[in-house]
Amino acid sequence: MEMRLDYVRSPDQDAAAPVRHPVIVVGAGPVGLALAIDLAQHGVPVVLLDEDDTLATGSRAICFAKRTLEIFDRLGCGGPMVERGVQWHVGRVFFGETLAYQFDLLPEAGHHRPAFINLQQYHVEAFLLERARALPSIDLRWRNRVADVRPAAEGVSLTIETPDGRYDLACDHLIAADGSRSTVRRLMGLETHGESFRDRFLIADVRMTAPFPSERWFWFDPPFHRGQSVLLHRQADDVWRIDFQLGWDADPVAERAPERVIPRVRALLGPEAAFELVWCSVYTFSCQRMERFRHGRVYFAGDAAHGVSPFGARGANGGVQDAENLAWKLALVVQGRAPDALLDSYGAEREAAADENILASTRSTDFITPKNAASRAFRDAALTLARTHPFARRLVNSGRLSVPAVLERSPLNTPDADDFAGGPAPGAVCADAPVRVDGRPGWLLQAVGDNFVVLGFGAEAAAPGAALAEAWPVRAVLVVPPGAAVPGRRDLRVLEDADGRAWARYDAKPGTLYLVRPDQHVAARWRHVDPAAVGAALARAAGRTSC
Amino acid sequence: MLNTEPNIADPDGFYAALIALHRDLPPERSALVNARLILLLANHVGDAEVLRQALEAAREE
Repeated sequence: MEMRLDYVRSPDQDAAAPVRHPVIVVGAGPVGLALAIDLAQHGVPVVLLDEDDTLATGSRAICFAKRTLEIFDRLGCGGPMVERGVQWHVGRVFFGETLAYQFDLLPEAGHHRPAFINLQQYHVEAFLLERARALPSIDLRWRNRVADVRPAAEGVSLTIETPDGRYDLACDHLIAADGSRSTVRRLMGLETHGESFRDRFLIADVRMTAPFPSERWFWFDPPFHRGQSVLLHRQADDVWRIDFQLGWDADPVAERAPERVIPRVRALLGPEAAFELVWCSVYTFSCQRMERFRHGRVYFAGDAAHGVSPFGARGANGGVQDAENLAWKLALVVQGRAPDALLDSYGAEREAAADENILASTRSTDFITPKNAASRAFRDAALTLARTHPFARRLVNSGRLSVPAVLERSPLNTPDADDFAGGPAPGAVCADAPVRVDGRPGWLLQAVGDNFVVLGFGAEAAAPGAALAEAWPVRAVLVVPPGAAVPGRRDLRVLEDADGRAWARYDAKPGTLYLVRPDQHVAARWRHVDPAAVGAALARAAGRTSC
Repeated sequence: MLNTEPNIADPDGFYAALIALHRDLPPERSALVNARLILLLANHVGDAEVLRQALEAAREE
């Protein structure tokens, strides 16, 4: 699928002096588009620049995790993606000829979104783009390539190259979401550091009608591709992703040729299989990140800031979480409602999250590609023991699949003072649960939305909303047992806990109160309502105090 | 009774430490380190019946 995106001359190109914008985002991939939509929804106008005039070529990122879908729901485009994508939650791991074990990523019911959908990156970008185009405060400019960046204390100025020549722009804040070979990063003379892996992988996307179920299948040392690993995923439009490990010595150009790729696919599918080769690519990868994601008024997000191995689907999913983390903070600062220091927490939180993703994906890579005879022996030992002994299944690592980062060391958190035996701790993302809103079925996360929210459990937790709202735009949401009597207050959104799951997932007792950030991460929680404590935690979560 | 249910709190961290133990070791030295590790763990377990079951499980195809 290729979608042409027309270059349109902007009035800024004819301005006498460089036009200044509050926020410019560079890169209209999944991260840049998500960020622009989020900012626009928070009321911040955005200029979104992209050097190209097409969506992603080839399927690229295909696995979108539950948390990413919840973010896309908040951005108003999760529904059509889930409809279009292939839902899955079961993975099977094979060793040689036989099944080693299988796992289920979402074994419990009562979540709006599945563990994962597989959907080609260009489809995801198309849905995001459709949403972005519906928001008048997003100014999309195709074939606008950043040719120069001049960061300064009071703002950032840019030179942009277009088919009509160059023009200058200025902004208060610049976000580089321009991918692993980030132009902004290069122009600023910044680097990423980490580990490169001496291995090559072939992606073959094939169109076919196949009898495989919608599951993630991973083979170690299969008979059809001896000594290497293979990963099979189903995508939308009857397209299947097959990822063949080739080894470091493989010739990246020769291996891309259809006459080399087709026999490999046929070896997996069998001699009778009818398929069409849609796209292929040979890649290597590194696990690396920039030392800091914030440089004054310039912020790096997604692949521009960090790189991971593809095992675990932590690249695009991690990047969309970067976008969500930055959007609300930038909105508050641009609107003068929070101090600049809040933006430092973007770096602190997302650098830690990148470390977590890098650690997980490095460990997966070390398991998949043993570096010496001893690690190969342990890998094969774990794989053979996994068939009969449950403990060994925890050691087998074909990718630890993306889960949202717990921002446990965040400066915005207020640590627990009360006793909790479960539920999302400060820094963790809120759990979803089925609820009833005005008698109709709904979902807890949809009701939480994208503001600061005090999420109370039981009528006992109804107190602080109105008092706080005067000082700060915080919304009050109350979760009560079905049919419970609640105070009839207009400032209070009441949800019925449809089947007890909400209370269970939040380890709730009557009076339990969570303070939730605009990105749906928990900032603080208590067993009893104490407006002064809530106010202090709110100030801290908004970067207005530091402890 | 040999416990083969998950019993290690951080399996990925343990596995990474195990692999790090062998980093840069020549094969014969790796084999010796593994043998020493088995003897240390076996002594810690102590129970003859558990050790017998572990020996059997390790040989099973």
